[in-house]
Amino acid sequence: MQNGKINKIWKLLETVPDPEIPVISVIDLGVIRDITVKNNYYKITITPTYSGCPAMKTIQDDIKTCLKKNNINNFDFIIKYSPAWTTDWMSKRTKDKLLKYGISPPSDITICPQCKSKNTKLVSEFGATACKAFYKCLDCLEPFESFKCI
Amino acid sequence: MSTLLKYTLRIADNSLILGQRMAEWCSKGPTLEEDIAMSNIALDLFGQANGFLEYASKIDGQKTADDLAFKRDASNFYNFCLVEVENGHFGNTMIRSLLFDTFYLLFYKELSKSQDENLSALAFKSLKEIKYHFRHSQNWIIRLGDGTKESNKKVQESLNNLWKYTDEFFEIDNVDQIMIDQKIGVNTSLLKKEWTEIIESTINEAKLIKPSTIKMITGGRDGKHSNKLSSLLKEMQYLPRKYPNAKW
Repeated sequence: MQNGKINKIWKLLETVPDPEIPVISVIDLGVIRDITVKNNYYKITITPTYSGCPAMKTIQDDIKTCLKKNNINNFDFIIKYSPAWTTDWMSKRTKDKLLKYGISPPSDITICPQCKSKNTKLVSEFGATACKAFYKCLDCLEPFESFKCI
Repeated sequence: MSTLLKYTLRIADNSLILGQRMAEWCSKGPTLEEDIAMSNIALDLFGQANGFLEYASKIDGQKTADDLAFKRDASNFYNFCLVEVENGHFGNTMIRSLLFDTFYLLFYKELSKSQDENLSALAFKSLKEIKYHFRHSQNWIIRLGDGTKESNKKVQESLNNLWKYTDEFFEIDNVDQIMIDQKIGVNTSLLKKEWTEIIESTINEAKLIKPSTIKMITGGRDGKHSNKLSSLLKEMQYLPRKYPNAKW
């Protein structure tokens, strides 16, 4: 019964979007590391993407809202730094979603999301959010963002 | 104050104070990309500081991470003197970053092997980010040093000015020694050789000249600071001090 509820929480979290990249969920992002239960109290383990990412707070707030809406009130968060978050935790499906959304997914080869060219150039290692770098496509000349590999 | 608390605060304070300095560039960067880069670096540093301050708060048992950031006076901050130095021009900020990033890159690499699992986890996480910061400051110094006559002159002056703060990185006092003996802390005196090699190769490539040995300034790690830190704190701590119960 408790396992059933843990599964339910996992399912619910799949509906919580990343606040910056709404096409992927917090599960897709790989920040939810574990959900455990003790004495009918749930502990959700979250690992930060970047130490200072302001979305981490929003993610917790969004999870709270989602679970409370589904009558789950007895939970808390554990922030875990180790093992450190890595883009390797993103599935191929997640990476495909990113590319479709217009962000080049974390990879050794940076692909232009517009024309799919591999002939791209780094403009700045720092983009609009901590997790993204700023690129330019040398074929279609469009600027685009790329998810950094960490 | 426990040794572990002081050791942790020293790490947190470097990130917090340098983060505040980098944040001062927000909206004043020389280009839009650089404005974003420096704000991003500031955010990383605040995030790192927050992680270490949360741990310090746990060790302390009473004060929260926010208390530690916003309710201490300058004499109770234990950051390196280097990180409180005013930004000056962009090249000056990048020299300060290069000196610090190179050291923290080596420092976090070692700290990630600490027997203290909180410190090692935070160091491992921070290491991923400091690598970006290091590449950023290193690339800029090579570009500015090997740029125009004017840019070379400016960063050379900054390098000469800031060099006196670098010995503090490698000092070992009682706190360090106890932490080293417990396999918690890093023996930073052993990092000096590699730090010097990286800095020398970078400034060679940047066509800069290594400053000659001068009288070094230290003491920040024991709370001895310039009045520049008090001015910085006045701004950083203004809101929580003026409105102690403010929530955000």
